[in-house]
Amino acid sequence: MSLPAVAAPGGPTLEVRNLRTHFFTRAGVVKAVDDVSFTVERGKVMGLVGESGSGKTVTGFSIIGLVDPPGRITGGQVLFQGTDLASLSEAEMRNLRGNRIAMIFQDPMMTLNPVLRIDTQMIETVQAHARVSREEARQRARDALGQVGIPSPDERLRAYPHQFSGGMRQRVAIAIALLHKPELIIADEPTTALDVTIQGQILAEAQKLCAQFGTALIWITHDLSVVAGLADDIAVMYAGKVVESGEVGAVLDAPLHPYTAGLIGSVPSRNRRGAPLSQIPGMTPSLLNLPAGCAFRARCPRAESRCAEPPPFAEYLPGRHARCIHPYIEEAVRA
Amino acid sequence: MSEVMDPPHAVAATTPPIVEIRGVYKRFSRSLDFAAKLARRLGVTVREDVVHAVDGVDLSIRRGEVVGLVGESGCGKSTLGRMVAGIMPPTEGSILSHGRDLRSLSGVEARRTKLRTQMIFQDPYASLNPRLKVEDIVGEAPLVHGLVRREDFAGYVDEQFRRAGLDPGLKKRYPHQFSGGQRQRIGIARALAVQPEFLVCDEAVAALDVSIQAQILNLFMKLRQELDLTYLFISHDLGVVEHLSDRVVIMYLGRVVEEAPAEDVFRSANHPYTQALLSEVPRIDTRKRAFAGVKGEIPSPLAPPSGCHFHPRCPHAMERCRIERPALREIAPGRRSACHLNDAA
Repeated sequence: MSLPAVAAPGGPTLEVRNLRTHFFTRAGVVKAVDDVSFTVERGKVMGLVGESGSGKTVTGFSIIGLVDPPGRITGGQVLFQGTDLASLSEAEMRNLRGNRIAMIFQDPMMTLNPVLRIDTQMIETVQAHARVSREEARQRARDALGQVGIPSPDERLRAYPHQFSGGMRQRVAIAIALLHKPELIIADEPTTALDVTIQGQILAEAQKLCAQFGTALIWITHDLSVVAGLADDIAVMYAGKVVESGEVGAVLDAPLHPYTAGLIGSVPSRNRRGAPLSQIPGMTPSLLNLPAGCAFRARCPRAESRCAEPPPFAEYLPGRHARCIHPYIEEAVRA
Repeated sequence: MSEVMDPPHAVAATTPPIVEIRGVYKRFSRSLDFAAKLARRLGVTVREDVVHAVDGVDLSIRRGEVVGLVGESGCGKSTLGRMVAGIMPPTEGSILSHGRDLRSLSGVEARRTKLRTQMIFQDPYASLNPRLKVEDIVGEAPLVHGLVRREDFAGYVDEQFRRAGLDPGLKKRYPHQFSGGQRQRIGIARALAVQPEFLVCDEAVAALDVSIQAQILNLFMKLRQELDLTYLFISHDLGVVEHLSDRVVIMYLGRVVEEAPAEDVFRSANHPYTQALLSEVPRIDTRKRAFAGVKGEIPSPLAPPSGCHFHPRCPHAMERCRIERPALREIAPGRRSACHLNDAA
């Protein structure tokens, strides 16, 4: 099952260029994703970070083509191994989803059907994209469960989703995503609902996966600490736009954008114990009727009159982009 | 900020515990259905499902202290918090407020004691009545309890709003018209309106975005200084607890496994569970680390493991851990831990 045009193997797994996804609601146009660009290389983890309503989940849904009306992709390109996904028919897209691009949701019950046994669901997924016997499909399902660290997979295959704990369910969802060894996995807050020790287990699985199969991974989260430990690159979203992107260590050590800096400063462990946390004043703006110019300027310590103009998404340092006209460049160069 | 009110009840200057929990157990059992009752009557042994949510906890909280209560889901931290707040009676054991058992109090005295402890909940929407204006949410309790007269109501509510960092001009609105962070501020204003001395915060910032979370945590710290408050801060987020707490209590499956000053816990945890928990916490300063994961799952509180609850997941488990429950004993001044390894040393 190959795509109409397969790019050279050296290219990035995914390239998102100026993606725009707008929701045409009765109250007005919500620009949930508004000019988002980033690249994910083979075997790398991209951390897509933002607060609620920043558009990070809609970005994920747009890539895999799951945006429902009144939402619509209104511009930009999603290049999967060089092929523009917008140019594919619905049938071709379906061929890709679950096969070469997979998604893991925050709530595993979004993936799992509560009234079907795990084996039924997994065998169905295998046979949807591969012509194999039921027995072989079952074998693959069992292997996938074993791979994500589910003990006694043979027995567990016969269980129903409600018989699993939250962490185990998320593993099953991950195992289903892995069935066809996809080249790209989009994981939307997969560990947010889990306990710390279980989160650690899932993160370990994710790391193994990228190293073993060269899977590219987009890890959508609000948790900077998770991204710090897991990701290679980071893209920070605010009000539908990527405001900063770059190598994860460089960005977290010396952010260019004042929003990224504020976000990092609010993390308790970045502050002296007991001292007041540095905080970003105000709150996230509504995506309806965003003012022109930089959406962060009302909360920004560096805001000036020029910020009323839309700032460009420019490369200020090699491999590091920011959407700001007065980024913290000296600090970043010094770091 | 307007002038700060004095705590309502003058407490002796020596710092005896404000709250003391002695040998507290909380069990939830599911009552048998008809078939099971019938079977039992016919002589079949039917066991009731009993969840040991809190399994023998001792804890004392001194005046002015911030105690962080940490644990994973199902460890009983919320149940313990509710019992401390007086919302839920313990199955066994006693909870003392200023040295007096909550259950021995009655009438006016019981009410007054209960008012002194207030609770702030995780979900700021579910804990606010959607059909009341926020001024009534904040002002109802002090009015009912006679802390404010009708004619002073408006001014009193305004003051509570300002103290929680809310604009009093918004007080005629309903909860759904506020953002998550603002709703949490309303919850805080409501709790403080009855002039408590002790706040139980149950995952009070868990539902908030990082930047809003920082604002609320700062508010908690500011209020602590202004009002001389004592906190029991329940959270699964170790970063938050480390930042805020003077003392940390770690629970696992209904039991306290370790208790120590915050700095000591985060510098050198004693209990293997605490060590595992701390090593799993993602930190913003660690890059590209290899996650390992504590092996195994959190066991069901319906059928907790024998002996030490942590032994099936513990890398140091010995034969003794399977049989004998380790006692929570002092390992250094102010530090307690429940692990058999401490006896060997």
